[in-house]
Amino acid sequence: MATISQPAVPPITTSDHRVIIQVEDVHKYYDLGETRVHALRGVSVTIQRGEFVAIMGASGSGKSTFMNIMGCLDKPSSGRYLLEGIEVSQLSKKDLAAIRNRKIGFVFQGFNLLSRTTAQENVELPTLYAQVSKEEGQKRAREALELVGLGDRMLHFPSQLSGGQQQRVAVARALVNRPSILLADEPTGNLDSRTSVEIMEVFQKLNDGGLTVVLVTHEADVAQFAKRSIQFRDGKIRRDEPIVNRPVAAEVLKSLPTLED
Amino acid sequence: MDLLAIIRIAMRALARNKLRSSLTMLGIIIGVGAVIAMVSVGQGAQQQAQQQIAAMGSNMLFVGAGTVTRGGMRMGWGATKTLIYDDMLAILRECPAVQAAAPGSQSGAQVVFGNDNWATQVNGTEPQYFDIRSWPLAEGSSFTQDDVNMAANVAVIGETVRKNLFGATDPIGQTIRINNLPFKVVGVLTAKGTSAAMGNDQDDTIIVPITTLQKKITGQDWLRWIMVSAISREASYTAQQQITALLRDRHRIRPGSDDDFMVRNLADMADLADQQAQLFTVLLASIASISLIVGGIGIMNIMLVSVTERTREIGIRMAIGATEGDVQQQFLVEAIVLSLVGGAVGIMVGTGASFLITQTLGWPVLVSPTAIGAAVIFSMAVGIFFGFYPARKAARLDPIEALRYE
Ligand SMILES: Nc1ncnc2c1ncn2[C@@H]1O[C@H](COP(=O)(O)OP(=O)(O)O)[C@@H](O)[C@H]1O
Ligand SMILES: [Mg+2]
Repeated sequence: MATISQPAVPPITTSDHRVIIQVEDVHKYYDLGETRVHALRGVSVTIQRGEFVAIMGASGSGKSTFMNIMGCLDKPSSGRYLLEGIEVSQLSKKDLAAIRNRKIGFVFQGFNLLSRTTAQENVELPTLYAQVSKEEGQKRAREALELVGLGDRMLHFPSQLSGGQQQRVAVARALVNRPSILLADEPTGNLDSRTSVEIMEVFQKLNDGGLTVVLVTHEADVAQFAKRSIQFRDGKIRRDEPIVNRPVAAEVLKSLPTLED
Repeated sequence: MDLLAIIRIAMRALARNKLRSSLTMLGIIIGVGAVIAMVSVGQGAQQQAQQQIAAMGSNMLFVGAGTVTRGGMRMGWGATKTLIYDDMLAILRECPAVQAAAPGSQSGAQVVFGNDNWATQVNGTEPQYFDIRSWPLAEGSSFTQDDVNMAANVAVIGETVRKNLFGATDPIGQTIRINNLPFKVVGVLTAKGTSAAMGNDQDDTIIVPITTLQKKITGQDWLRWIMVSAISREASYTAQQQITALLRDRHRIRPGSDDDFMVRNLADMADLADQQAQLFTVLLASIASISLIVGGIGIMNIMLVSVTERTREIGIRMAIGATEGDVQQQFLVEAIVLSLVGGAVGIMVGTGASFLITQTLGWPVLVSPTAIGAAVIFSMAVGIFFGFYPARKAARLDPIEALRYE
């Protein structure tokens, strides 16, 4: 794993190495001229390695804002955010880019693949920004695509793939630099229910392999596949509880009628 | 990210919009092509001028009737009436560095042969003129000293005049009318081509005995010029000093006053021609560089469009770990690739154009490596300069907003 320059501020340690994300009283405001939108109003949460968290809540409750902060795409207005014990709110843009590249895998609702670029090349993209050789990058991209079940679609363009397949390519891309955590903001928002379960199957498989997964969804059907659910409301955490009796996506799939692919 | 990968990405992005990329490059192609062609033409002119001057004989001097200022107006050379035939005799007699001299005067004239009509310049001189200028005849012979003494109506014609009046007909022995006077054609001069130094066609001339010109055509007995040859190349500076001193004395010019004549030796003329050709080159090149700048603005324009169109792509790249520097580099390299490929094509176009132009003018072809090197550096600079702002704009995008961009 590539190293990331250590910030000047000594990290708060959590002697507990199993803690991967530690958010303390994070606020986020957007100043829009005279009005101020308070998107996050003091959020504190700790996520451990190997967890599978579903963040739920109504539209506008601050889920995406929170994900963007966790994904180092945005910075909190106040509060602390520690990723693997590193205080990221103090890092430079360049260091944040390196963290996004190597520690975090991001999956979006809209897939966000480069068009007219093959699945293989889309997945390779993050390796171009890491100090990874061309051959190694290609090898990792193949492995990642195989992991999400697209080993036979490597040379397809996004326009030649179904929505579910495109989202798997996006997941493979998120995995290619072997991140510590996978963040997914409404990854099934554009997919039908069966395909959603297929994506959840992939997430469950990855989580079973030890990867920490945090996903945003407003569908309870999707959230049930996670191990822990966090409910957002008006920029605050309303409820935070383990999911009991969670179904195995692979089993659920068997009971669903198959569609022509 | 390594440079090779960046260049590959840039090439692919450009290949995606082939027509747009080619049209954008066209500006640079024309700019670089024009610069190279113009510099080559300028340098060809310069070399041509030098060759022509060298061909005139390196010990030649030109004495011209000088400029005078009349009522605050500066008149062109040849405006004085003070240079006379006796001055030439005195030069021959009293300047030891001088070997030979030929007097001269000139006049515009209308020349007719049969139904053909041609406006040209008639020069009057003596037979030694052809030797001093090392200008052999292609056909026939020169007029003689006897013809000069008798003010005979005989003429030696230049190649351009021959072509226009006679075409396929043999001109020797034919009678032409100069300003309505009949003249017998005795000789045709070899072609000398366009004078790159003066920019005029040297073959567009008729040469007649000076006495004939003075008595029958102009009615003036003063000279416009004297063509002199020094005894050697080294002596031409001495000859210049001797002639200057002699003519100042003969024309009674007080110390401190300006000459009413001018003496130019060939070295001076070569310098003058060089200066003119250089000025010409710089002028042409500067005009051509304007099109290069216009080409650069074209690149900037298309890069700005490209940044807007690819906002989402930029957002994706940033989200997966591209730094501002990576994004900036990517767009800058795209601009540079556009301008460099345009520059390379421009070099080919410019070289082709240089060959065509110089061939048409009959000048030596000179595709200057300096011009090519400068074109490469310049087009790269154009790419960097005009690509910088769009690239900066791309790098400054906020990843979250860029990702949300529709
Ligand atoms: N860039 C922004 N500028 C202004 N307000 C924003 C911006 N991003 C989000 N918001 C506001 O912050 C609140 C939370 O938004 P968001 O995190 O996107 O909610 P969710 O993802 O839960 O639907 C909303 O009221 C939204 O309008
Ligand atoms: Mg959202």
